[in-house]
Amino acid sequence: MTIFLAIVIGAGFGFVLDRTGATNPNKIVKMLNLTNLHLAKTILMAIGVGTVLMFAGQMTGFVDVGHMSVKSAYIGVFFGGAIMGFGWAFSGYCPGTSVTAAASGRKDALLFIAGGLLGAAAYMVVYGSLAGTFLMDEIMGGKVTLGTVPGAKYEGITALQGDLVGIALGVVFIIVAFVLPNRLVGDDAPKGAVPAE
Amino acid sequence: MTLDWKLGGVALGVVFFLAVLLVKPIGVSTQFVILDGIIGDAVNAELVVKTEEGYTSSNAYLAKSGGKYAKAVANPLNYSFVFVIAMTIGAAVSGVARSKSPEERKVPAVWAANFGDSVAKRYAGAFIGGFIVIFGARLAGGCSSGHMMSGMMQTSLSGYIFTIGTFGAAIPTAMLMFRKG
Repeated sequence: MTIFLAIVIGAGFGFVLDRTGATNPNKIVKMLNLTNLHLAKTILMAIGVGTVLMFAGQMTGFVDVGHMSVKSAYIGVFFGGAIMGFGWAFSGYCPGTSVTAAASGRKDALLFIAGGLLGAAAYMVVYGSLAGTFLMDEIMGGKVTLGTVPGAKYEGITALQGDLVGIALGVVFIIVAFVLPNRLVGDDAPKGAVPAE
Repeated sequence: MTLDWKLGGVALGVVFFLAVLLVKPIGVSTQFVILDGIIGDAVNAELVVKTEEGYTSSNAYLAKSGGKYAKAVANPLNYSFVFVIAMTIGAAVSGVARSKSPEERKVPAVWAANFGDSVAKRYAGAFIGGFIVIFGARLAGGCSSGHMMSGMMQTSLSGYIFTIGTFGAAIPTAMLMFRKG
């Protein structure tokens, strides 16, 4: 059953990622150099909708709180994120979108995946020597959420009711998606002047 | 044809929600490690070994957290690995409905506008980018899917820290490197 769900949800995710333009390095780069924020609005909307549905579902008992899986916060999350951000901007791909971009016919994404497999191997080699360093020091208890989610096995960094915090933040994400301008930098290009693909 | 951000955002949000509702939050970058492990184990069968309690590995990373990565390497037909394989099916279905020029398939237009249309140069850049991205994502313990989307959606502190680090580096990089388009 879980394998069936993996196929259905995975295929749905891949399909939607491609439909939203996230598999297109041009759209990634234009989001990051702030000349076209369409994809940023999509991402904000997605996080907002996802979080409101999830926490509202938990409050009504429709969603099992035990399905939450909160990752640990440690120093390396910030630095690893920054390293990933540099490579993401440089190449136009992140792990998920490289796989889907390759499947949608982009050949450079195959090279990205090959480089990624080597990068993963490099991390496997150095992990042992990083394990005891400050990079692995936990921040504020590690696996924590912003509020305290009722019934969850994770602690909150505040005593605020976690599901309400989640819904409030979700609404904020959706509002930001609406008010964010289409571009923050550069001249106003006429609509349709740049080929979409 | 790219979906409008409202429709695309809702569709993407619903997918992330369904994943949590039915199974668990979405994540991708770990599977690069798992595929490396599968390849490594095929070359050297000693890499991942079965123990009385489960699986372990001579590699410290595969052996961490009670050998959960080692277990996934030994059993590739697990949810997370099949999920990523299935993503390619969905994207391929979507991709055939899009027309991409032969040039765009090799060198994205925004790259060509800034660094020229050399295919070799783009391929080298994509390879180096892939190395950096996955190394960074593994150090961080997740990527745009697992930390940014699934993490912030669950109000994880780690998701917010990751996103600040990622955009803090990505926006200046893109603004400096991609001045055209």
